[in-house]
Amino acid sequence: MIPGPFGYHRPETVADAVKLLASLGDEARPLAGGHSLIPMMKLRLATPGHLVDLHRIPNLKGIRNDGGKVTIGAMTTQHELLASDVVAKALPILMEAALLIADPQVRYRGTIGGNVANGDPGNDMPAMMMTLGASYVLEGSAGARTVAATDFYQGAYFTALDPGEILTEISIPTPATGHGYAYEKLKRKVGDYATAAAAVVLTMTGGKVATCSIGLTNLSETPLLATDAAKAVIGTSLDDGSLKAAAAAAEQIMSPAADARGPVEYRKHVGGIMVMRALKRAAQRAV
Amino acid sequence: MAKTHVTMKVNGNEVEGLVEPRLLLVHFIRDNLQLTGTHIGCETTHCGACTIDIDGMSVKSCTMFAVQADGADILTIEGVANADGTLSAVQEGFRAMHGLQCGFCTPGMIVRAHRLLQENPSPSEEDIRMGISGNLCRCTGYQNIVKAIQYAAAKINGTEFKEAAE
Repeated sequence: MIPGPFGYHRPETVADAVKLLASLGDEARPLAGGHSLIPMMKLRLATPGHLVDLHRIPNLKGIRNDGGKVTIGAMTTQHELLASDVVAKALPILMEAALLIADPQVRYRGTIGGNVANGDPGNDMPAMMMTLGASYVLEGSAGARTVAATDFYQGAYFTALDPGEILTEISIPTPATGHGYAYEKLKRKVGDYATAAAAVVLTMTGGKVATCSIGLTNLSETPLLATDAAKAVIGTSLDDGSLKAAAAAAEQIMSPAADARGPVEYRKHVGGIMVMRALKRAAQRAV
Repeated sequence: MAKTHVTMKVNGNEVEGLVEPRLLLVHFIRDNLQLTGTHIGCETTHCGACTIDIDGMSVKSCTMFAVQADGADILTIEGVANADGTLSAVQEGFRAMHGLQCGFCTPGMIVRAHRLLQENPSPSEEDIRMGISGNLCRCTGYQNIVKAIQYAAAKINGTEFKEAAE
């Protein structure tokens, strides 16, 4: 499989990358890890006339804790995320999720920026970012702007990114000390996208849920924030009744596609189970 | 489309080439450099037969362009053996534990196992299975591949490995 011909550009600053994308127009695509785009190009499902490779822009790499929030450069790879002490301490749920993405080789190349910016409903990090209340910095020729992850996803592969804009940075408010977390992903095999997956971040006080946030992966055209499901468990001790109420509320907003991963009814059903499992496991971890 | 000049180090040797941007790294390695030990299996980033080591990372060379490897330090199966030509610990493990049958996945498996043991010299069986989860083998059922890597880890660590191939 040979991709179609394209012009290759390797800028060294974000400003140059933005300028290139503006001057090359619709034919140009930014290239991050390339593990979604290059397979699409080999199948000729994508035929960009130009690729603007972001690998040589040092400012797009790195993870730092700014006190109150963790900032992750868009070109940080899943492998780097897994090796990061900052992430291990402040955002262990990201490690749990990154380990469930693809396989080791893909994680050496695949970037968190590409994962969240691509708009693929199968990607794991978008729902995670909604659950964590993250925001994205988008830079284009008109300057930089910040968009909340919850406002970013508009449809499958449709996002708030304007033509010529690059997602440069992800900013995540540090969850409370002692928070509980879990990412439950049902998949058919290593490397597969989720049949259904749920992310939970919560805090417990006196054995009852004080705060809770729930995100869902691959259960709609976009990642989902299951707000009503989260509300259903606040103030409860996560007894069977409230777990079932949360699952039912989450299933209300799911609209998965029927595909090789199963019919709609099945995917919604296991989506509810992922919510219950993630809630239970998160509660066990909360202190 | 204009060709781009690239230079890189492959198995310790400086190499160069003129490449179209769309040329995949695996094609550059196999066709331009004539290093055909790196295999092309699925071409869809699943099977891992094309795995090589780039700047200390295991990468599927079917999912990267040769232009992107400009300036890189690359190791392929042809460069895995010890400098004196004897088999590396990983290669020896695959031979001793019968870690291959048809052999198609073996170059990718060995290059991946090489990096896995660099990062984690004493992996558990689970670490090994997860570590090679991006490499598919349709013959062995993985049992002897896992043992081959355990054998190599033991050899590197100077400990004894008593299990036999299945």
